[in-house]
Amino acid sequence: MNDVLLGLEGLTKAYPGVVANDDVSFDIREGEIHALLGENGAGKSTLVKMIYGLVKPDSGTMTLRGAAFEPAEPRAARAAGVAMVFQHFSLFDALSVAENVALGMENPPKPRDLARQIREVSETYGLPLDPGRTVGTLSAGERQRVEIIRCLLQDPKLLIMDEPTSVLTPQEVEILFETLRKLASEGTAILYISHKLEEIRSLCDHATILRLGKKVATCTPAEASARELAEMMVGASFETPQKADRPLGEVMLDVRGLSLPAPGAFGTPLREISFQVRAGEVLGLGGVAGNGQDELLAALSGERTTGADVIRLRDQPIGNMGPTERRALGVLSGPEERLGHAAAPDMSLVENAVLTGADRMGLLSGGFINWPKSKGFAEDVIRTFDVRTPGSGTAARALSGGNLQKFVIGREVLQSPEVLIVNQPTWGVDAAAAAAIRQALLNLAANGAALVVISQDLDELMEVSDRFGALNEGRLSDLRPVDGLTVEEIGLMMGGAHDMEVAHVDA
Amino acid sequence: MDLSSINPVLLIASIMVSATPILLAAIGELVVEKSGVLNLGVEGMMITGAVVGFAVAVSNTSPGLGFVGAALAGALLSLPFALLTQYLMSNQVATGLGLMMVGLGLSSLIGKPYEGMKAPPFPKVEIPLLSDLPIFGRMLFSHDIMVYFSVALVVAVWAFLKYTRAGLILRAVGEAHDSAHALGYKVRHIRILAILFGGACAGLGGAYLSLVRVPQWTEGMTAGAGWIALAIVVFASWRPGRVAVGAYLFGGVSVLQLNLQAAGADVPVALLSASPYLITILVLVIISARGAHAAPASLGRPFHASH
Amino acid sequence: MLRLEKRPQPSQLWMVLSPIIAVFLTMIVGGIMFAILGKPPFEAIKVIFWDPLFNDQFAAYSRPQLLVKAGPLILIAIGLSIGFKAGIWNIGAEGQYIMGAICGAGAGLAFYPSESFLIFPAMVLAGGLGGWAWAMVPAVLKTRFGTNEILVSLMLTYVAQSILISVSSGLLRNPEGMGFPGSRNFKQWDAAFNAELIANTGLHWGVVTALIAVIGAYLLMSRHIMGFNIRLTGEAPRAARFSGVKPARVVFFCLGIAGLLAGAAGLFEVTGPAGQLTGSFNAGYGFTAIIVAFLGRLHPVGILLAGLLMALTYIGGELAQLMLGLPGAAIQLFQGMMLFFLLAADVFTNFRLRFGKKGVA
Repeated sequence: MNDVLLGLEGLTKAYPGVVANDDVSFDIREGEIHALLGENGAGKSTLVKMIYGLVKPDSGTMTLRGAAFEPAEPRAARAAGVAMVFQHFSLFDALSVAENVALGMENPPKPRDLARQIREVSETYGLPLDPGRTVGTLSAGERQRVEIIRCLLQDPKLLIMDEPTSVLTPQEVEILFETLRKLASEGTAILYISHKLEEIRSLCDHATILRLGKKVATCTPAEASARELAEMMVGASFETPQKADRPLGEVMLDVRGLSLPAPGAFGTPLREISFQVRAGEVLGLGGVAGNGQDELLAALSGERTTGADVIRLRDQPIGNMGPTERRALGVLSGPEERLGHAAAPDMSLVENAVLTGADRMGLLSGGFINWPKSKGFAEDVIRTFDVRTPGSGTAARALSGGNLQKFVIGREVLQSPEVLIVNQPTWGVDAAAAAAIRQALLNLAANGAALVVISQDLDELMEVSDRFGALNEGRLSDLRPVDGLTVEEIGLMMGGAHDMEVAHVDA
Repeated sequence: MDLSSINPVLLIASIMVSATPILLAAIGELVVEKSGVLNLGVEGMMITGAVVGFAVAVSNTSPGLGFVGAALAGALLSLPFALLTQYLMSNQVATGLGLMMVGLGLSSLIGKPYEGMKAPPFPKVEIPLLSDLPIFGRMLFSHDIMVYFSVALVVAVWAFLKYTRAGLILRAVGEAHDSAHALGYKVRHIRILAILFGGACAGLGGAYLSLVRVPQWTEGMTAGAGWIALAIVVFASWRPGRVAVGAYLFGGVSVLQLNLQAAGADVPVALLSASPYLITILVLVIISARGAHAAPASLGRPFHASH
Repeated sequence: MLRLEKRPQPSQLWMVLSPIIAVFLTMIVGGIMFAILGKPPFEAIKVIFWDPLFNDQFAAYSRPQLLVKAGPLILIAIGLSIGFKAGIWNIGAEGQYIMGAICGAGAGLAFYPSESFLIFPAMVLAGGLGGWAWAMVPAVLKTRFGTNEILVSLMLTYVAQSILISVSSGLLRNPEGMGFPGSRNFKQWDAAFNAELIANTGLHWGVVTALIAVIGAYLLMSRHIMGFNIRLTGEAPRAARFSGVKPARVVFFCLGIAGLLAGAAGLFEVTGPAGQLTGSFNAGYGFTAIIVAFLGRLHPVGILLAGLLMALTYIGGELAQLMLGLPGAAIQLFQGMMLFFLLAADVFTNFRLRFGKKGVA
């Protein structure tokens, strides 16, 4: 057994109203891949932020190779050999790859030398990257490479990776794992944060499981079953959503040749997207982040309009209609970003109920808002979807992610949509709430609505969808029935051709 | 109308003089905005610089000290803006407007005793050899030191942003403050320094107005120069070189319209005196219609480090 | 160690408390400033805030002035506040105010010396439309080309100022004015005079309009879907688009209403308290109204109170100039400081102060 690289002893960190970490202790050994496993909100992020010097623990100690380790800031952590790849990348869109790398280093070499080093490292580890490219133009997978290379150039002793695979295709995940295994064999320890059990079982030597801020167990994941890990992680069992058999009805939503230019400098254009969804059917659309998901939702919700005939509802052209008119006809949607897109953060839940429910729920009379009726609607959503909140007057941003997600999905579901389009309906939501949301979506389909579920969570898509397609650079793959679909096939659908080349690079 | 009364050599020379205050203020604001902060109070800092610079210069009969005093005054006035926006997370637009109003009030309060006085003369620096060149010597190389300083400052800011690590960090903070924070950069400190630099530059620009361009103190003498500096930063798409182009373009327009007024051109005076503002609007429209923004992505967004 | 922590939702208490704290802080710092200027600080504060209303000698003159000064401030600030709520920063109200005065006065003078009772309403309408048209310039440029409305509206103020100087000594100059710049005096033309409605109160049509605007704005912002959409646009622009709000419509509406109200305010001023159009009839109300809007928390009732307070500082400032020789500019600084302190105190609406170890640098 190798020596202990980083020892954590009794780490505790409390925020007002919540203890993020409660007396957490475990060791990370030299050259091991150590998983940190837990649900959203289990305290994983706070823990790694303490290791990386972004947050100071209230109590507890850390040791690095036996010496006390108390990084006051990330710079100190980096100097001590701790590097981190963030879940939400710490990148600068308008700057070049080389500038981004330089910003993450303590003593970057001259620009020319740096560019050479970037090329060397990227070849060694099979992570092709052009140092001169502007980061905003890169795909999610390439952006992650920038982060990884930034870390590798500093010869870290410990590399922290926060949910690294959520933005990758299955093939890209394999490349990443090869890179990580190679690093570990060279002696770098890796702290790998995830809630994906299969990944951890195939990659990690040890796993520490957190639940509600406390360490539940440390185990060898290869020796535990996914089910055992899940039970340790979640702590309670919950019902998995049931897909009822349902007959498919008429074609509700018909999209033909949807093309839209990119909305901004770093957006994705939509290219010739065509599909049909029938009443009672759930169409699942996968794909790596940044391949046109937001843009597709905006085109379907009416935030961006197209030619009238491009989008049809029951053969009625609606492509040129805005969100209000589409809602009146029964086309409802739920965007990915809860705060600021699906809901206004500083407005109350009642006001956020008016945000999409004004017309369909009859909350207006002569242009004036009927506040008591709006309150009734908001409370209806809160009750039906078990939204935990002090009241309907609470500001949206005061809710936890999962509760707000239940509210914004519930708000659309209760308006009895004929077509519902949702993007990442359970992103950042704990398992029980995610299951409730998926069940609500399935119930809606069972009652004859047509659903389009866009998600980066393949397990979720397999669970709820009848047919599956993938978005890649704004194009939609062929649609396939979910039954009998293999992971390889999904990967191919998601990846497109050019990413496959990457897959052949020897890691 | 007698256009022959306009001497092209003197015209170009006076364009440089007329552009310098705006150039100074604009290059300072460019640095502020590059760090992700929108300070709309340029006008207030400029006019405070104008009055403090004038007062210090007159009291010590030293224009040089006047400029130093003006830079300090501009920076000092920007400090409450910096603290309010960076530590108390106040709205940058509202705070900038407040800064403008405080500056205007403060300047007329300080300036009352100095009305009607004349500024001490500020010597011209004839650059050896170059100033002896025919035509170009008078035009470009026989100005006071602040004209050269302003040009040098533009070059320095350009080089700072492009080639230094500190410049890279400043740009990074303006692009994505959350990312910069995650990497451990002190977003607030960097921004406060940028705001103070912008204040000092605006102060210098104001002092150039009261000590060289006019040269005396009158209430409200900046007459929108600070706002035009803000517009020039937009016009320049946040590039130092283009800030210089914009400032000289604007200097050209304002000198030209004065010359036309003096020459008795057959154009309504109202139109001529409004022309710098109208042209600024026109330029803003052209720039925004082209859609080439390149604004720092975090511009104007308040930063609060959450856990 | 002190640190700020974001509140789960804005504090209602601090919404009300912070302007009051701001006024007190301004009094304290203002007092220190007066002391530095060699004036008795307590006396000066009393002259500014108390004497205009309650001094035996001056109150009779000052009290009506309160409404005269507050009227335009409130009217303009109401219009501005609606835009500010939507994140549309029209800071060129001064220009819209001037153009309203010019258009309204011009429309009336075209019919001089008619005594028709329609003259005054027509002038008000023309004034409002003048301000509206001037505000449409930044609105069109913003929606069509994405041009920044802050800079355009401000630049247009300087343009309006030079137009004002031009017409008051040219096109609209009083032909019987012996060559002096300035229009005919509306106080001597009954059909166009915006007279005091109740003697010695300062109440004129502009004040009445301001009160109607307060009520209208309240209903709009708290009950009507348009007001909801405006607030939504300001709070979360993406959520507004998702909701179905058309951003261009909000821009036109907000700038339009601000221009309309500012233009009307200009007309009321020029036909009433100012009496005639001159190159300097505008007293910077368009800028002070920005402070009023913020001090009133962008809320109609708050603006009503803030407008009265700001009017008080104007009158008190004049009184202090008269009695204590306080420079006029001191009051301008005083008003600016009030906005600064308000913005500072405002932090507690959204954040709370915590003592103890801090988590993040």
